[in-house]
Amino acid sequence: MDLLNTFFNWPVFRDALPLLLQGLWTTVLLGAVSILLGFVGGLLLALLRLYGPAWLRTLTRIYIDVFRSIPLLVLLVLVYYALPFVGLRLTSFAAATAALSLVSCAYTAEILRAGIEAIPRGQFEAAGAIGLGFFSTMRDVVLPQALRIVVPPLTSNCINVLKDTALASVVAMPDLLKQATQAQALAANPTPLIGAAALYLLLLLPLVRLVGYFEARHRAATR
Amino acid sequence: MTALIHIRGLCKSYGSFQALHNVDLDVSAGEVVVVIGPSGSGKSTLIRCINLLEDYQGGEVRVDGEKVVRGKGLAKVRAEVGMVFQSFNLFPHMTALANVALGPLRVRHMPKRAAEERALALLDKVGLASHAHKLPGQLSGGQQQRVAIARALAMEPKVLLFDEPTSALDPEMVGEVLDVMQNLARTGVTMVIVTHEMGFARRVADRVVFMEAGRVIEQAPPDSFFRAPREERTQAFLQAILQH
Repeated sequence: MDLLNTFFNWPVFRDALPLLLQGLWTTVLLGAVSILLGFVGGLLLALLRLYGPAWLRTLTRIYIDVFRSIPLLVLLVLVYYALPFVGLRLTSFAAATAALSLVSCAYTAEILRAGIEAIPRGQFEAAGAIGLGFFSTMRDVVLPQALRIVVPPLTSNCINVLKDTALASVVAMPDLLKQATQAQALAANPTPLIGAAALYLLLLLPLVRLVGYFEARHRAATR
Repeated sequence: MTALIHIRGLCKSYGSFQALHNVDLDVSAGEVVVVIGPSGSGKSTLIRCINLLEDYQGGEVRVDGEKVVRGKGLAKVRAEVGMVFQSFNLFPHMTALANVALGPLRVRHMPKRAAEERALALLDKVGLASHAHKLPGQLSGGQQQRVAIARALAMEPKVLLFDEPTSALDPEMVGEVLDVMQNLARTGVTMVIVTHEMGFARRVADRVVFMEAGRVIEQAPPDSFFRAPREERTQAFLQAILQH
């Protein structure tokens, strides 16, 4: 009975729910914007990494390696707390979006590169032989096939980005976790944290399932 | 009269292996040239140099007077040179119709309607109008290769290159592809064909080119080529393949 009152306190949960939902919305928005920017940046990086001039290929490789190595929390703190010293003061949303997308586009670039490299040479040759230019070859022939191959790892990356949004609470971002901790402090009861955990699961479990589904479908298609 | 395809002193090597030694070849408009020779003799390499799918180290290739080199003009030359590959290389995520329409749509900037009409007409020409909306994976090898021929034709190229177009096919499908090619030859399309189908070469070629070890050994009209080859190596090759 005591356990129930402590962790699953209905009145506390009901009071905290509007705050939690606000937090959830912020989390989803932050995740979606970062995933989108990460994809656009990742695509650009992947193409430069594969087809750019030599110096640019080296540069993108360094970028990709660096941003896959740096802990996201460290990067986030750097962006939010260090950049103001050089006069660049970002809102917590902008700082979190920047950190998340900088890292996400490094991962996305590697995923897309693998997908593009998996396309047989004959596809490039056939596209070249009918006179398609680079952009048309990519848009019409290579990327549609490459994207299909990398749907599972891309979805995995989206899950990681969504999960990592919780780190944004460190820079005072009113995301789901931040709202939950605040509600917990207010109510002197951990139920809002349980609620937040449940909401995270509600958001992410279907996506995890989706990756499994895509992988199974891909296995079936390539068998 | 200048040749449609003009190759002079073509040299190509992979590392220390020289695949082409000083190859000269001219192909006139409307001519059907069949290139034969043992595996590794450089025949595929030769025709892949014509649209620069292979880079080469020496010599020059001209298509309709235009020098084929890397750079801005390359896509334009390639649009004038159709190519049919051994492994079809259809775009697997597009229907047969979309495969054929893509070139006219993107390279010739035709309106979608017109490009698809042309594509359908060409699919009809190769006997596949009823398969227009299938994906390559739903078609047999012979059907895929006929779609690939239609795709090359859609650009209205000045010349069509065939790189062993029937080598990846099951025997029962070779005929349907060769029939399409023979019909094209009759309508005056300029063609350069690398193949092992000697019967086809005999029936359809205006000229047969025999290559060995990266060199053109002999070329002649099919009649005299098959009946009375002059070079010893040609004789040996023909004897080896025509024995059974």
